[in-house]
Amino acid sequence: MTVIPARAPAPTISASAGGARARGTWWIYLLLILGILLMVGPFLWMLLGSLKTQAEFLASPPTFLPNAASTDNYERLFTQLDFPRFFFNSSLVAVIVTVGNVLFCPMLGFALAKLQWRGKRLIMGLVLATLMVPAGITLIPNFVLMANLGLVNTFPGLILPFLVLPFGVFLTRQFMYGIPDELLEAARIDGANEWRIFWQVVIPLSVPVLATLGILTFLGSWNSFIYPLVMAQEPEMYTLPVALATFATGDHQSDHGMLMAGSVVLVVPVLIVFILFQRWITEGIATTGLKG
Amino acid sequence: MTAPALVRRDVAGRVAPVAPRHGWRQDLIGWSFAAPFVLLFGIFMALPILAALALSFTSFGLRDLENPIGTSVVGVQNYVDVFADPKFWKSLGNTVYFVLVGVPLTLVLGLVIANALSRGITRFRTAFRVGYYLPVVTSIVAIAVVWRFLLNPDVGLINVLLQNVGVSGPNWLADPTLAMPSIIAMAAWRNLGFAMVVFVAGMQAIPVMLYEAAAIDGAGRWQSFRYVTLPMLRPTILFMLVITTIGYLQLFEEPFVMTDGGPLDATLSVTMYMYQQGFEFFHQGYASAIAYVLFVIVAVVAFLQFRFLRTDDAPMEAMR
Repeated sequence: MTVIPARAPAPTISASAGGARARGTWWIYLLLILGILLMVGPFLWMLLGSLKTQAEFLASPPTFLPNAASTDNYERLFTQLDFPRFFFNSSLVAVIVTVGNVLFCPMLGFALAKLQWRGKRLIMGLVLATLMVPAGITLIPNFVLMANLGLVNTFPGLILPFLVLPFGVFLTRQFMYGIPDELLEAARIDGANEWRIFWQVVIPLSVPVLATLGILTFLGSWNSFIYPLVMAQEPEMYTLPVALATFATGDHQSDHGMLMAGSVVLVVPVLIVFILFQRWITEGIATTGLKG
Repeated sequence: MTAPALVRRDVAGRVAPVAPRHGWRQDLIGWSFAAPFVLLFGIFMALPILAALALSFTSFGLRDLENPIGTSVVGVQNYVDVFADPKFWKSLGNTVYFVLVGVPLTLVLGLVIANALSRGITRFRTAFRVGYYLPVVTSIVAIAVVWRFLLNPDVGLINVLLQNVGVSGPNWLADPTLAMPSIIAMAAWRNLGFAMVVFVAGMQAIPVMLYEAAAIDGAGRWQSFRYVTLPMLRPTILFMLVITTIGYLQLFEEPFVMTDGGPLDATLSVTMYMYQQGFEFFHQGYASAIAYVLFVIVAVVAFLQFRFLRTDDAPMEAMR
């Protein structure tokens, strides 16, 4: 018996496409490649720009490739501005938020999918209802709350509201719902309690969904903006997006080279994570259709 | 999504074929799993949603931060003011413009690319999928900074290219009629990959025999897209419509970084106006009212579209 009940493997497009259709499709490849150039172009422009000096930006006519690649922008980023600090802040927040979600969301997901308890439907309804709530709603009350707890400009202030997100419950609950009850029942007959079943049966089976959840949560936290913008008011607590936006709209707004270098620092770690784990990300999204 | 033969009835324990246990012990076990989430969720999500509603009926400002309970209640005055505030209507108009143009543009581009990947080609699918998805995972702030530079009138790539063919490009983000279209183009560029991935998944669930039958009937590429793919994909398209609309209604980062809402408030969005009122002018009661108006708009749009979806939709199945 298979662990996860698979849908009937109906023949799909990918299974049968080929041969007859392969001819006469060169123009589709061509258009798709042109499209890819449009998608990748801005990233290349960012990378090239980060290697140009300010003098080169002012020169006429403007250049595509840097005349002489310079790491000056990066050096200024890491010496004049406190980018190592911002990088650390973003990393710490993202890691703790990810751990919180990967730990607590599956617990509730399991209780909603596999256990019977009073209050379950209420909690389920609340979680689903808040999936669609605009982030702006909780911004001001959370700011007031943090201000009164003295947590503005602190890591707990940046982390606590994101330690558990409804999306993680939704995702894990859907997955665990598909785990056959027989497996859990067998463990119960063997004398395992629910906690043991959770850790030793359900969690090992849920590794793929936990990977998806972990990666998506990390990316979401790394890229999040409006909340840290409000909560990190002192530069030493800035996350990377807050720092970049602050410099881009403030004193450094025409320092193109340094802004491009800052964008590279913000984007490249995420691109590495994405390219390494792209299968989990795109498949996780395809199955839930949620979260960007 | 669900496997009806295997799952017990979700409604109440007594229908379950397996272990119909009920009682305080089961409740205790269930809540012990739920407790950490419910505690944090209650404090930082559920409570603030209610608190925002309460705040929207007060004149809460900077001076009340030390003593939130001492703020003065003004009833529905904030809402009266919001609906009489031309700047709010301007921001709402801009947001609706962004949604009405941006959502169809994003979804059509995503659909066209998904169709090309699923039906048009057989090789390099993963590479294309990764390429088109790339911007989705990156920070909107970084993308907005890069695009502001791309659109720079003097040294930006777009105008440099235009100059090479003898056209003098406009100052995109400083022109009130071009600023919002520029932001829409950027948003569509960033988000089409997300729509593409969801559409590709939807297309993979369409039985191939439908296409074979269409081909026997003499359908070409366009006709099989029009008469097989589109109708079969309808639930997925509607689902993406809801998700993208909800996301786009919350436009914030792009105008914040690229235009600061300008020129002449041409790109001021509702969320940005809320941010300005709450954290630049410190009218947090008023900002909460703006947030709640947006909340209601999002909820109504979502509700209408959810109702529309309910009967025959596969992705929504997962929501129940």
